[in-house]
Amino acid sequence: MEENKRTCLYDKHVALGAQVSPFGGFDMPIQYKGIVEEHNAVRNACGVFDVSHMGEVIVKGEDAEKYVNHIFTNDVRGAENGKCFYGMMLNLEGGVVDDLLVYKRDDKNFFLVINASNIDKDLAWIRGNVDGFDVEIVDLSDQLGELAIQGPNSEKVMTEVLGLPVADLGFYTFKELDVDGEDIIVSRTGYTGEDGFEIYASHGLTNKFWDELLASGDVEPCGLGCRDTLRFEVGLPLYGDELADDISPIEAGLGIFVKMDKPEFIGKDAVARLKADGVKRKLVGLELKDRAIPRHGYEVLNQNDEVVGHVTTGYHAISVDKSIAMALVDVDYSSLDTPLKVRIRRKTFPAIVVKKKFYKKSYKN
Amino acid sequence: MSKIYYSPTHEYIKVDGNVGYIGITDYAQHQLGNVVYVDMPEVDDEVVAGEDFGAIESVKAASDLISPVSGTVVEVNEALVDEPGLINKDSMENWIIKVEMSDASELDSLLDEGAYKELCH
Repeated sequence: MEENKRTCLYDKHVALGAQVSPFGGFDMPIQYKGIVEEHNAVRNACGVFDVSHMGEVIVKGEDAEKYVNHIFTNDVRGAENGKCFYGMMLNLEGGVVDDLLVYKRDDKNFFLVINASNIDKDLAWIRGNVDGFDVEIVDLSDQLGELAIQGPNSEKVMTEVLGLPVADLGFYTFKELDVDGEDIIVSRTGYTGEDGFEIYASHGLTNKFWDELLASGDVEPCGLGCRDTLRFEVGLPLYGDELADDISPIEAGLGIFVKMDKPEFIGKDAVARLKADGVKRKLVGLELKDRAIPRHGYEVLNQNDEVVGHVTTGYHAISVDKSIAMALVDVDYSSLDTPLKVRIRRKTFPAIVVKKKFYKKSYKN
Repeated sequence: MSKIYYSPTHEYIKVDGNVGYIGITDYAQHQLGNVVYVDMPEVDDEVVAGEDFGAIESVKAASDLISPVSGTVVEVNEALVDEPGLINKDSMENWIIKVEMSDASELDSLLDEGAYKELCH
């Protein structure tokens, strides 16, 4: 078996007593003090996540903008430098190769942030579609660390603890800063539903920032455990749960990030066909009355006990204190208030279809 | 006087005559983190040594509860329905089920406190 990779902060996680588990090919910290405490720190104050497992890829060259728009569902044409975009890369069948962030540095230089579990697949895909485009693809995944500083106090922490002038950054924008002679990227983005920032920097600077954040006493180290509970509560998808090679962004309710008015992009024809024919299944929210917890993969049943879908993510959610789930179900059972059941071990539990946004986001505009 | 036995899957049984109180160890509750749900059997259900009788769920995941002995459930700890976090407060006091044992000799294959502590190191 291949050894898992480690981020540049691995030794510090171990020293903090983190529970470490494999995720996306890396040994990652799942929790330090506990998921609930860390989750609440991000909702109420500020937490820092080591997300250095994420991949970073640069697309540069004469046709960079045209190429990014060719492989990406969102539309980067004519955007201002310093803007971030969320979207997907689709395969020819309209399934999702990966969901990603695209940072526009200038017309000829784009910075892509991809999921750790998909780095090899994505690189093959990105490099495999360049025929006819004048672009160069540079993989920075092993060179860059990434920290996510998240929570209502994150702007104060970024400016006062790290001394980074980011107060003027709007949501989904970024800037490049010089720190100790090195170029770093800082964006107002995140995966928690709270205001927050993400920093891409060398391993050395990533360590320096981490140490300064923890020494301040104002920032809780947070593991991937609460990263998942936080993103789930605000209805954000995770590749491997809500998105996959055989799930369309339309089924996942992410059509807003698929710009059908673009002249072309890989997967556009498949999406157009799916839209014309109508989707067969849809991602919905489910709420249970019982405390029993619907987990990934559990069956969703109709009132006749026929399987009509499966749970993609579920928790007894921390900020809303309810057992809730996202589930991919047959479209006939996807309207709000539809009564369904979830099979949890030997029993079934009643559930109703609700909106996927279980908790309100608090982004800064 | 009651005696406590432990299983390699981190359940304990506090034995009082022919009756045993089954729960999870302090080590197990610590590893799980915040317990948010305990899936328990019903009174009069049969449990079998080495087989699951329910599940305990932390925020992150569900873990099977494995019965250290065979017997009949005579009581379940109803307090855990509304307050599963009691297990984190004191897992040795907050047992999960009370079982009337059908074969007390099964206790012989369990671990004593010393052997269990060794296992957790």
